[in-house]
Amino acid sequence: MVRQMVKSNWLRGLALLVFALLAMSACSQNENVIRIGVFNSLTGGTATFGISSTNGIKMAVEEWNARGGILGKQIQLIVEDDQSKPEEAAMVVTKLINQNRVAAILGEVASSRTLAAAPIAQRAGIPLITPASTNPKVTKVGSYIFRVCYTDSFQGAVCARFAVERLGLKRLAILTDVKNDYSIGLADYFKRDAQLLGAQIVSEESYSEGDTDFRAQITSIKGTNPDVIFVPGYYTEAGLIAKQVAEQNMNVRLIGGDGWDSPRTVEIGGTAVEGAFFCNHYSAEDTSRMVRTFVANHVKKYGYVPDAMAPLSYDAAELLFTAIQKAGSIDGSKIRDAISQTRDFPGVCGNITIDAERNARKAAIMLQIDQGKLKVYDVIQP
Amino acid sequence: MKLHGVTRTLLLSLLYIAVLAVLGQTLIPFIGPYYTQVLIFIGINITLAVSLNLILGFAGQFSIGHAGFMALGGYTSAAISFYFLGPLLAQLGTGGMIGAVGEPAALAVALLSGGIAASVAGLLVGIPTLRLRGDYLAIATLGMGEIIRVVILNTDFVGGARGFTDIPRWTTFTWVFLVAGLCVLVVRNLIASTMGRALIAVREDEDAAAAMGINTTRYKVFAFVLGAFFAGVAGGLQAHYLQYLHTNSFTFLRSIEIVVFVILGGGGSITGSVIAASVLTILPEALRCAESWRMVIYSALLVVMMLTRPQGLMGGREFQWSWLIPTWRKK
Amino acid sequence: MAQFVQQLVNGLSLGAIYALIALGYTMVYGILRLINFAHGDVYMVGAFVGYYLGRMLNAGSSSSSPSVLNFFLVLGGSMAACALLGFILERAAYRPLRRAPRLNALITAIGISLLLENLGQLIFGADPKDFPTLVERTSYSIGIVVFSNIQIIVIGTSIVLMLGLQYIVHRTKMGTAMRAVSFSHDASGLMGINIHRVISFTFVLGSALAAAAGILVGIYNPKIDPLMGIMPGLKAFVAAVLGGIGNVPGAIVGGLIMGVAETLTVGYLSSTYRDAITFVILVAVLLFRPTGLFGTTARAKV
Repeated sequence: MVRQMVKSNWLRGLALLVFALLAMSACSQNENVIRIGVFNSLTGGTATFGISSTNGIKMAVEEWNARGGILGKQIQLIVEDDQSKPEEAAMVVTKLINQNRVAAILGEVASSRTLAAAPIAQRAGIPLITPASTNPKVTKVGSYIFRVCYTDSFQGAVCARFAVERLGLKRLAILTDVKNDYSIGLADYFKRDAQLLGAQIVSEESYSEGDTDFRAQITSIKGTNPDVIFVPGYYTEAGLIAKQVAEQNMNVRLIGGDGWDSPRTVEIGGTAVEGAFFCNHYSAEDTSRMVRTFVANHVKKYGYVPDAMAPLSYDAAELLFTAIQKAGSIDGSKIRDAISQTRDFPGVCGNITIDAERNARKAAIMLQIDQGKLKVYDVIQP
Repeated sequence: MKLHGVTRTLLLSLLYIAVLAVLGQTLIPFIGPYYTQVLIFIGINITLAVSLNLILGFAGQFSIGHAGFMALGGYTSAAISFYFLGPLLAQLGTGGMIGAVGEPAALAVALLSGGIAASVAGLLVGIPTLRLRGDYLAIATLGMGEIIRVVILNTDFVGGARGFTDIPRWTTFTWVFLVAGLCVLVVRNLIASTMGRALIAVREDEDAAAAMGINTTRYKVFAFVLGAFFAGVAGGLQAHYLQYLHTNSFTFLRSIEIVVFVILGGGGSITGSVIAASVLTILPEALRCAESWRMVIYSALLVVMMLTRPQGLMGGREFQWSWLIPTWRKK
Repeated sequence: MAQFVQQLVNGLSLGAIYALIALGYTMVYGILRLINFAHGDVYMVGAFVGYYLGRMLNAGSSSSSPSVLNFFLVLGGSMAACALLGFILERAAYRPLRRAPRLNALITAIGISLLLENLGQLIFGADPKDFPTLVERTSYSIGIVVFSNIQIIVIGTSIVLMLGLQYIVHRTKMGTAMRAVSFSHDASGLMGINIHRVISFTFVLGSALAAAAGILVGIYNPKIDPLMGIMPGLKAFVAAVLGGIGNVPGAIVGGLIMGVAETLTVGYLSSTYRDAITFVILVAVLLFRPTGLFGTTARAKV
C-alpha cells in the first residue's frame, strides 16, 4: 500500500519532469526577422536600471521597425530577465544565442552580469554591446564585446579635475558603494587623480547598495570637516544621502557620477541636492534636437523623464542597428567589424567613437542642480 | 546473478563512468550549449542537494549556510587555478601527454582544494554551532554563510565586489556528473554504514542517541564537514564553468533554494533530492514563456507542494527498480 | 564624544524599527515555534500600502502641506491592511500545517516570503519608490548633536506601540490566552481556550506592528522596494533571538542593541561589516547565552 503510493508519486515526479521539458521547447520563433537579444535585470535588487535600460532599447527598436527595419527585415527583440543574478545572466545569454539564435546581444547595466555573460558571447562569436557596464575588464574579455558608456577611469579623472582644478577644493571625502563595482572603480580613479592634483582625501566611508540609512557614515565624515563629499553611487541612494547630509547641517559640496542621472535624485533629495554637481553624458534639459526628441518620446511612451540608463541603452541599440545595416549581413564577425569602425556616431549621450579597446570615447558634461533643474556647468572633452 | 556488494558497486560505477563518457562525446554536441548548460546546472544542483540531504535529511541538522560553503569552495578552487594551475599548464605547454591529461588533472586538483577549504570551514563552523538545535542552528548557519560572503567581498585578490574574472573553463558535462555520481555513492554508502545508523539515530532523537553512547557531536560535525566538502566541489565546478564568480551568486537565497530541493524531494531520500534538484532546475527555464509571472508561479508551486504533500516527493524512501516491474506485470 | 552620541541617536532610531519587526517574530515564535520568514515581507507590504495611501491623501488634501493627521491615517490604514494580510496568511498557509513537522512550516514560510516578494515585484513594480512626504523634516541641534523631528516620531511611535502591546499581552484576556498557549497548546486547549483564534490574533497583532515599522521606515528613509523586507527581517529575527525569543521586552532591547551595534560598526569600522556584525552577534549570543538576554532555560525531558 505504502509502496504503491510512493511509486505513483515517483511517476508523478517523472511526469512533471517530462512536462517541464516539453514546455521548455514550446517557445516558438519566426524566421523572417532579425532577432536581437536583450538581457537585463527586470527583477531583483537592481531591477530599476534593467527596466529603464530595456525601455530605451525598445524605443530604438520601435523607431527602426516603423522605418522598415534593418536590411528590409523587422527587428524582433527577445528580452530575458536575469533576476539581478550573475549565473542567471550566463544562463539567459546561452539561451538567447543557442535557442533564439539572436544576431547580437544588448545588455546588462551591471558589470558583474556582463562579465558573466561576455565569455559566452565571445565564444559563440556573437557581438555584445553593453550600455552601462563601466568595469574596464568587460571589453577586455574579447573582440566581440563593446560598450557605449565611459570607463571608470575616464569619469573618475573628470570628477577629480573638476573638484580640484575648477572648484579649487582640496579637502575631499569619498562615500563609496562597496557592493557596486562601478562605484568602487570610480572612487579608486577619483582618489588617484585627486591626489596627483595635490588634494587631500580626508575621509573614505562606504555603504552597500540598497542601504537606506547613511547617518553613521555621514557623522564620521562630518568629523573630518571636508569641502567636498564625492558620492560615486546610483541615484537610488544619492538623494537619500544628500538628505541625510543636509540633516547634519554640514557645509559641503556634493559631487556624483553619471549614476546620479535620474529625476529621482531631485525628487528624493529635494532641497538637499541643491547646488550639487554630477558628471553625465547628456542633459535632459539640453536644447539639442536629438535629446529633446528622445526625452519627449520617452515621456510620451512611459510617462516620465528617463534616467541615464535609457538614453545609453537607446544609443547602444541605435549603434548596433546602424552597424548591422552597414555590415549588410547578420554574420557575427561582419557586425563586429562594423561596430568597431564606428566613428563620431551621433548618440543622445554625445558623439561616440569606438576605440581600439572597444570602449566609447566621448565628452563628459558636468551638471549642477539648480532649483530642481539640471544646468550644464562644464563640458570636458576626452 | 547475485553479485557481492563491493563488486556490484564497482561494476555499476564503471558502467556509469562509461555511459557518461559516451554521452559527453555524443549527446552533448547534439543538444547544443543551452541544454548542456541546463544539464550542468542540474548536475551541480544534484551535488548540492544530496550533500545537504546528508546534513539535513539524514543527520537532521537544519543548515541554511550551504551557499557559503559553495562560495568558499568556488573561490578557493578558482584562485588556485588562476594563480597557480593555469600558469603552470601554460608553461608546460599543450603538447603530448600534458595536453591530454593536463586540464582534467588541474581541474581535479582545483576541485579537491575547493572541497578541502570548504570542509575545513565546515569543521570550524560546525564545532561551535552544532551544539545548537533546530531553528537556532538554522539561523546560525545562515549567519555563517553570510559572514563567509562578506569576507570574500572584502578580499581583493579574488576580485572583491568586482567579481573574479578569467577563471579557466575546465568544467565539462562528464565532470559534473562524475562528481554528482560520486556524491550520491558516498552518501548512500555512508548511510548504510554504522556511522549512517548513528546519524539517523541522532536525527530521530538526539538525547536518546546520546544516552545509547553515541558521540552525537562527533557524528554531526562529520556529516557537516562531508556535506561542506561536496558543496565546495560544486562551487568549484560552477566557477570553472561560468569562468566568473561574484558573491551575489551565493546569498542566503541560494542556500534556501538548496534546502527547498531537499525538503521537496523528501528529507532522507537521495533519489528524492536528485529528482527535486532536476525538476526545480528545469522548471524556471521551462517557465520562461510565462515571463514576469514565472517566479510567482515557482513560489506558489512551492507553497502548494508543502501544503498538499508535506513529506516531500519521495517521503524519505528511495526509488527501487522493483517498483516498476510489478506494475507492468499486473497490467 | 559628540560624534559618539550622534551615532547613538542614529542607532536608536534604526533599532526602534528593528524592535517593532522583532516583536512580530518573537510573538509568533513564542506561540508556534515557527520562524515566520514571511514577516519581513509583511513589513514590505505595510510600507507599500502606506505609499499608496499617502499619495492618495497628499493628492486629495487641498492644502499641499503634509500634516501629522495624514501620518496617523496612513499608519492606521496600513496596520489594518497588514493585520488582514497576517490573518489570511495564517489561515491559508500555516493552519493546515499545524500538525506537520516544523521544518515544513518553515519551508512554507519561506515559500510565502518568496511569493510576496515576487508578487510585490509584479504588482508594485521592481523599481524602488519614493515614499510620499507625510511630515516635513526639520533638524534640531543640541550642542553638536543633530537630530530630526522624524527621529523623534520614529522613536515616539515605537514606544507607544510597544506600551500598547505590553498592555495587550499582560492586561487583557486575549493576552493571557496568548501566554497560556505559548506555554502549552494542549493544556490551554483543555482549559477551554480556542487555540486557533489565539494564533490568528497573534499573527494579526504581529503583522500590524510590522506594518507600523514599514511606515516608520518609509518616512525615515523614504525609499521602498519589494525586496526591502529581506535584510531587516533577518536582522529583526536576530534581535528577537538576542533578547530571548518569545520574550516581548527582550525583543525591544534586542532591536535597540542591534540598531546601535550596526550604526557603530558602520561609523567606526566599515559598512561592509554592517550585515556581518548582525550575525557575529547572533553566533556569539547563541554560543554563550543560547536563551538570549532575557530568556529562561527550558530543559528538555528525555
